[in-house]
Amino acid sequence: MRRWRPHPATILAVAFIAIAPAILQSFTITLMNYIGIYALAALGLVLLTGCGGLTSFGQAAFVGIGAYATAWYTSVHGGSPWIGLVLALAFTGLIATVLGAATLRLGGHFLPLSTIAWGIAIFFLFGNIDALGRYSGLSGIPPISLGPLSLADTTANYFFIWAVLGAVMLLSRNLLDSRQGRAIRSLRGGTAMVESLAIGSFRMRLAVFVLAGLLAGLSGWLYAHLQRYVSPAPFDIRPGIELLLMALVGGAGQIAGAVVGAAIVVLLKNILQDVLPPITRYSAQLEVVFFGILFVVLLQRARGGVVPMLRRFLPRRDPRKPALGPPLPRRAQAASAAWPVLRIEGATRSFGALVAVNDVSFEVRSHELLALIGPNGAGKSTLLNLITGTLKPDAGRVVFLGDDVTHLQPRHIAAKGMGRTFQHVKLRPNMTLLDNVLLGTYCRTRSGLLTGALRLDRPEEKSARAEALRQLERVGLADRFAEVAGNLPLGQQRLLEVARALAADPVLVVLDEPAAGLRQLEKRTLSDLLRSLRSEGMTIVLVEHDMDFVMNLVDRIVVMDFGVKLAEGLPAQIRADARVQEAYLGGVA
Amino acid sequence: MTPEIALLLVQDGISTGAIYVLVGLGIVLVFLVTRVIFVPFGDVVGYAALTLAALQMKQMPGTVWLVLTLALMATATEVHALLRQDRSHRVPKALMLYGLLPLLPVLLVWLAAGRELPMLVGIALTCAITLPISPLLYRVAFRPLADASVLVLLIVAVAVHFAMSGLALVFFGPEGFRTEPLTRAFFNLGAVGVSGQSILIVASSAIISLLLFAFFEHTLAGKALRATAVNRVGARLVGIQPSTTGATAFLLASALAGISGILIGPVTTLYYDSGFLIGLKAFVGAIIGGLVSYPATAVGAMLVGLFESYASFFDSSLKEVFVFGALIPILVWQSMRKGSIEEEIEEEEHEGRA
Amino acid sequence: MSALLSVEDLHVCYGKVEAVSGVSLEMQAGQIVTVIGPNGAGKTTLLAALMGLLPAKGETRYDGSDLSGLTTEERVRRGICLVPERRELFTEMTVADNLVLGAYTRWNERASVERDLQDVHARFPRLFERRTQLAGTLSGGERQMLALGRALMTKPRLLLLDEPSLGLAPLIVREIFRIITGLRELGVSILLVEQNARAALETADFGYVLETGCIVLGGKAADLVHDPRVIASYLGGKGN
Repeated sequence: MRRWRPHPATILAVAFIAIAPAILQSFTITLMNYIGIYALAALGLVLLTGCGGLTSFGQAAFVGIGAYATAWYTSVHGGSPWIGLVLALAFTGLIATVLGAATLRLGGHFLPLSTIAWGIAIFFLFGNIDALGRYSGLSGIPPISLGPLSLADTTANYFFIWAVLGAVMLLSRNLLDSRQGRAIRSLRGGTAMVESLAIGSFRMRLAVFVLAGLLAGLSGWLYAHLQRYVSPAPFDIRPGIELLLMALVGGAGQIAGAVVGAAIVVLLKNILQDVLPPITRYSAQLEVVFFGILFVVLLQRARGGVVPMLRRFLPRRDPRKPALGPPLPRRAQAASAAWPVLRIEGATRSFGALVAVNDVSFEVRSHELLALIGPNGAGKSTLLNLITGTLKPDAGRVVFLGDDVTHLQPRHIAAKGMGRTFQHVKLRPNMTLLDNVLLGTYCRTRSGLLTGALRLDRPEEKSARAEALRQLERVGLADRFAEVAGNLPLGQQRLLEVARALAADPVLVVLDEPAAGLRQLEKRTLSDLLRSLRSEGMTIVLVEHDMDFVMNLVDRIVVMDFGVKLAEGLPAQIRADARVQEAYLGGVA
Repeated sequence: MTPEIALLLVQDGISTGAIYVLVGLGIVLVFLVTRVIFVPFGDVVGYAALTLAALQMKQMPGTVWLVLTLALMATATEVHALLRQDRSHRVPKALMLYGLLPLLPVLLVWLAAGRELPMLVGIALTCAITLPISPLLYRVAFRPLADASVLVLLIVAVAVHFAMSGLALVFFGPEGFRTEPLTRAFFNLGAVGVSGQSILIVASSAIISLLLFAFFEHTLAGKALRATAVNRVGARLVGIQPSTTGATAFLLASALAGISGILIGPVTTLYYDSGFLIGLKAFVGAIIGGLVSYPATAVGAMLVGLFESYASFFDSSLKEVFVFGALIPILVWQSMRKGSIEEEIEEEEHEGRA
Repeated sequence: MSALLSVEDLHVCYGKVEAVSGVSLEMQAGQIVTVIGPNGAGKTTLLAALMGLLPAKGETRYDGSDLSGLTTEERVRRGICLVPERRELFTEMTVADNLVLGAYTRWNERASVERDLQDVHARFPRLFERRTQLAGTLSGGERQMLALGRALMTKPRLLLLDEPSLGLAPLIVREIFRIITGLRELGVSILLVEQNARAALETADFGYVLETGCIVLGGKAADLVHDPRVIASYLGGKGN
């Protein structure tokens, strides 16, 4: 959606919000104030957890940091709430950067564990610092004032909070649709693919982590000046879980999900607080129990959340072809004919007792289509991973375009002009075909987070989209650009991966068993594509073990078996080579 | 700080550390076999301690209601699953296993509560009623999600923790309790005074760790647990059902929780939410062991106990901040030992896809 | 005599792809049957479905009764055992423990298990030598032997082997296939999936050719070896 076409549901929602104070009771408006504030913090989690795939239980702690920063400054020091805002954002931003830098390299479940750790530590810190009033907290916080207008009453706060929330939601939506936003969305699902596109996954994670922290800080600022009083209790682990629950209930990864989730949880709590006390004197505890059980059931039954369910009932809109722009700048210089594009020298790699690659050497000349073949278990994929930098060799060198890249990170090698596909297709199944291929253009574009959020990146986006569509056309998938990648059959997913690799304008493309599992027709499409790429001047290395596919397609073949280079030469020579025949066809007689 | 105080702190640290060892072992065991980071483990420890306290005060421990409710939910879940899979012939066995079996300790505790009980009987009853809690939680909350990611399981575990701790407040109220000392013996070894209780705690911890070790090394059931932890698919291919090993792991965890609760009851005052904090601190110990190694977990848990002891000497109110804050550099250190992309690729190459 | 294994119109999805489309085959007790075909043909998926690791549509009958409701573990108890492509050994446990765990379902047959253990040691002397070593330290060929040995400890009547020659040197492949042939005397029927067509067809009684999820050829292994299509695609004819 390039030009703004607000969804009818959005228009209705905005209208409702605008007239709500006129039609709803004051108490409901108060509830809506809290919904707005929580939605802001939950939005941070939607971005962090839903899009970025990083679970944090400590979001409430960050809200607390923002709230306490402004509370301390305005009530203890009598300063202006606007400076309080600056302080809130500064503190949360700084602490998020430090914590993120320290913990975001943690894989898998270690990261959320660390968020529990510092979430609790920060809570106890709030409760034990005299200057922050210990467990009694700070009171006497002044309201926010916009010039002469003081946001002391409910309705004034209401409009301010929802205006801020609306603006943040708009910016977030823009961000997610931009270059950096796509990179953030691509984080979820493993770093190997991301790094192969020259995207620095650690920096992206840190960026979205700090962003989530800033949103929490903003939420805390609003909270402090709404309540006019802060204490440690609302910033414990339990509210942190509630925020996560809001994001998940609404629909992680959906911006609207933050609001829907916050609304559902707040309203439910309110209902429980009305319903339970007459029944039992343990209402507060049972409320907690109820939410705990709700959470478990939600995760067991409806992990996607409410918004995706609702979406099914809303009118669907046809995707419009994206507006296109002038082409992106191409890579400076392709390899000259005399130079080997890639040279492997004595590469060796073991996994425990198994020597997967054993002293392999060969070169790849420019404009050539070279196949690396061998039976299953020969070490081809391992060698490929050594070439692209995803694995490091125990001995030997990899020289790409004249530079020793043996010890470079995969994303640096990718940035130099090496594209790749994977043996087990690595796509983002929940992103559209266009978005998946657009990820490939990351290294050719430069818009940052702010540019994306403020939508100042439109010209570059148009060029990038033009490029992505061009690549999709090349692999024959252009008319399905708006479909979600997970719906494609395997053959087309492989083609999509190729399109994505091409979108980066590579000098060398390395394809890992692209024909595996493809039917005859799909194999023919693939080999035609590879031929046309070669005639355009691309250098291609193809790992395969389907002899038929390779024989009539490639210029040269390198054969591997048991990690060793067995033979190298023209297809006809390889076909006639006795050792190759033995390796592939060895019998038991 | 005088040498006497230092020694006292060491003693204190080692006793608490010994308890954290048991809890930490339970956490790692459950994680390795089922990939669940069992956050509510601490709550179960708390329940055990508070149950013993209630029995010693001649009151009915609310734990019976917990076990009853869980038994009901587990039976319902199991029967529903069996009917859906068209295996109604297994329903009677399920009813017995999930319905009747947990009721036995409930009945015993029901009958015994309110009377004067010898200490050992109280301890035995506490163990008995703690035992079903974790396996029932497993059946209700975690087994339906057996194929989910570690992350989803973690979130569910946290949710279960809230439910458990909320109920703990209902059952036991907001006051704190301490159980009777296990022994009032006191020994003077030269200049140092050592309490019999500390010795008992450390000895129990050591013996149980050794028993666990023997179980894993020399019994078929123990080996089956290890096998499931090492390779789930391989285990299924030799006929080991993940749900059986999962339930066994949780049962062992319950046993460890029960014993830990009994050992820690006399040492500190416990509130309805103290269990959670104990679990978290033991967790720190398990993290030091990287969640993969039992000996490293034991060492880590000991270190946490000692660190906490010294930290509380300096500033008792900030000791939690220190302990949890210290987790961060430990996690950083753990992460520096691993390279994440290499891991991803290696995993694909050399383990199963399961 | 009713077939030991009979598969009719089997459809198996792997992710969103239908990897096996309407496969039918039959095996009699005491036979060695092989399914050959290129990578990605669906061979591994077929075995995984027979073992209950993947959901499948179609009829699968083992020893006359329907397999469809049974879990993997129950199939193991009925005498079906799979040695998967990746072996799935317990790499951090000893060779001895791996073998003992193979007999997990037979925990109450102590004497019989002990006898079978001796038999495995006799068949695979190298495993006996390395019995206290961790499975992860074994070489490729030894791992394959351990995987076979562990499978034998489940006392299978039907053994499913997924690419037993994978990653093994020709000499070892010869040894493995010799052992496989020798399993016949134990009364074990074998369904063998292989990329190495020659070795497979020289060992088996019957063969099927699987290509992109469908059976395209079937018959006596001795006949298939001389079939021009098989020779062309898999036995070093034109193009190979």
